[in-house]
Amino acid sequence: MDILTELFTDYTLRTVALGAALLGISAGALGCFALLRRQSLLGDAISHAALPGIALAFLLTGSKSSLVLILGAGAVGWFGSVLIAALTRRTPITYDTALGILLSVFFGVGLVMLTFIQRMPDANQAGLDSFLFGQAAALMQRDIYVILAIGSVILLLTVAFWKEFKLISFDPDMAETLGLPVRALEHLLTGLFVAAIVIGLQTVGVVLMSALIVAPAAAARQWTNRLGVMVLLAAVFGAVSGVSGAVSSSMAPNLPTGPVIVVVVSMIVGASLLFAPNRGFVFRKIREWKSGRALRVDAVLVDLYTLASQHASADYPHSEQVLNVMSSMSGTAKRTLHLLKTLELAQPIDDQRWSLTPAGEERARRVIEEHYGGGA
Amino acid sequence: MSASIEIQIIAVLVAVACALPGVFLVLRQLAMMSDAISHAILPGIVIAFLLTEDLSSPLLILGAAAAGVATVALVELLRKTGLLKEDAAIGIVFPALFSVGVILIARFAGDVHLDVDAVLLGELAFAPFDRVVLGSIDVPKATLVMASILMLNVVFIGLFFKELKLATFDSALAATLGFTPVLLHYVLMGLVSTTAVGAFDAVGSILVVALMVAPPAAAYMLTQRLASMLWMSAALGAISAVGGYWMARWLDASIAGSMAYGWPRFSACSGLCSRARSRITGATAESSAAGFRARHATHSSLSPRRAARSRAGVPRGTSAGSPAMGAGFRYDGRSNGKARWLCGRPGGIDEAVRQRTRAGETRIGPYLIPAIFVVLLPTNSGILIVFRGG
Repeated sequence: MDILTELFTDYTLRTVALGAALLGISAGALGCFALLRRQSLLGDAISHAALPGIALAFLLTGSKSSLVLILGAGAVGWFGSVLIAALTRRTPITYDTALGILLSVFFGVGLVMLTFIQRMPDANQAGLDSFLFGQAAALMQRDIYVILAIGSVILLLTVAFWKEFKLISFDPDMAETLGLPVRALEHLLTGLFVAAIVIGLQTVGVVLMSALIVAPAAAARQWTNRLGVMVLLAAVFGAVSGVSGAVSSSMAPNLPTGPVIVVVVSMIVGASLLFAPNRGFVFRKIREWKSGRALRVDAVLVDLYTLASQHASADYPHSEQVLNVMSSMSGTAKRTLHLLKTLELAQPIDDQRWSLTPAGEERARRVIEEHYGGGA
Repeated sequence: MSASIEIQIIAVLVAVACALPGVFLVLRQLAMMSDAISHAILPGIVIAFLLTEDLSSPLLILGAAAAGVATVALVELLRKTGLLKEDAAIGIVFPALFSVGVILIARFAGDVHLDVDAVLLGELAFAPFDRVVLGSIDVPKATLVMASILMLNVVFIGLFFKELKLATFDSALAATLGFTPVLLHYVLMGLVSTTAVGAFDAVGSILVVALMVAPPAAAYMLTQRLASMLWMSAALGAISAVGGYWMARWLDASIAGSMAYGWPRFSACSGLCSRARSRITGATAESSAAGFRARHATHSSLSPRRAARSRAGVPRGTSAGSPAMGAGFRYDGRSNGKARWLCGRPGGIDEAVRQRTRAGETRIGPYLIPAIFVVLLPTNSGILIVFRGG
């Protein structure tokens, strides 16, 4: 409760939380497209590749304003994504290898530049290495404006090109045949993707920004099959994890922001994988168990019916051992028989023998009809 | 043996040891797994350290290797559920584990924010200072570790060459013939983890990625045969390690040379290293001081000016540094990456000393990665021109 009140009253905390929420929203939304296009790891490569951009921007301008640094990071990050595309198209190198090469080369160059900057005699450079793991506490009002401006451009363009992006994500071949400029659209989407990454670098850091791209989208994917819902959910997840990470790390000293955000978002992913309706692990197990039970019930019911059909009346009782033998594939019949009893489809005649109830007879006939096309 | 040659030997060992399993990563389109593993071993090391409270414990390497294999298992588990594609699974698992590691360091391993450079880059220039005595030979520990890991890799790949080949190119056939490609996959990933741990210590996680991916990628363009790809990757790795070292030296000198600021600080780190070394060899304070001077003289070959100052006996940063170090400074005898990012816990190096060492130490690590790529690039582009279209 204390934290909540502070969230709305404390200036620094509000700024930090707002910034983290904004970048969580744009990263989550853009991450959906990356996830669907199987480019989850592109975010990892680009966020690493943006480091020399930050250093270069600082070296060239001497300014630490987040707009300058973000522009530098964006330019180099975009260049990196173009290089990856060129490497995979022009050489036999596969996509993952291209990512690995680009990531290590660009990041290495970036760290050289950071080392170079750290050795510069004037002390203005302090704080640049917070870009590695993120330092949300360092966010200022004007940084939020930058995030807000770039974030809204990203979201606006995403909405404007919604159906094109949707099409190139799900069926690029069809987009091509419809005459859409697929290559240009891909570049635009990648550009937005890069933008969503670089506005998060200051808060989350280059090493872990990729998680804020992939994880909310992966969590959202579990809850829905519709792109629109998925993007909205991912934006919410991104915002929630961004805010909680930023807040908890500004509460506790020495807790780097990026890792906290990543841990929160990973927990959201875990919960989604387990508990999402339909796709979630728990629901799937329940469904499997239910359908397994239904199958066993039907099997024993049909067995009873088949046995009874050899006799004068349909409720002719048969012993449990016989049913055990008949349903030997699915274990003993005992538990299923008791289940049939509670469903009032079968009844025990004495402690060994069972017979169908009229309702059970009816159901068995229907099952047989369904599966064997009538007549038994 | 001079430090320069020792560093080059370590660099070559690391490069070759990384290149060999890297070939299989590249062929199986798992290149990003090297990135994932090299990040995810962090919590393994940290947890093992928190349990043992000992930085030189072999449990640290075991913990790291276990964390590497756990990463692979987790990715596999997520992928098998069918809820996530493999790339998304990788992209979620390793940041999560890495974050846990970073948070653990921040919370329990001291109140200093961790030395990021060391995690990401390691410090090859420090490797020769951390030594062990084997019988009558005195070798850097990293040499020993990397040589054994290289041995392990060579032996494994040599013994299971046919199985690896089959499982890599036709895993269905391998499974049918009873070669259990899944088991092989895990063993291979265990090997990647072990290699990453050893290399991580010397060169940091990013260079591990570079060395595992780039030489095999270059070799991939040169040949169609697995055996030659292995040879070529190893050779390219070794060439770029040596070439990269000299380039890094040149880059470091030309950058640092333009900034006088860095020089006086060097001695502090040098003193720190020889202290660390004396812990290991059990040397007395006198011999430590002698070692410091000797070491310093060796290293001063890096810069004539530094050598001159050293000979003249100008104390530089040492005068300020030594008492501080003597007081709050109980260093566990490791001057390389792991120690430095775990430092800051009670009894570790205090912030002041750390800052001093960070400001001006001779750093080869940061320059090594780009330098290696500059060495690799002509090879690569030459190949590209030849193979364009093919």
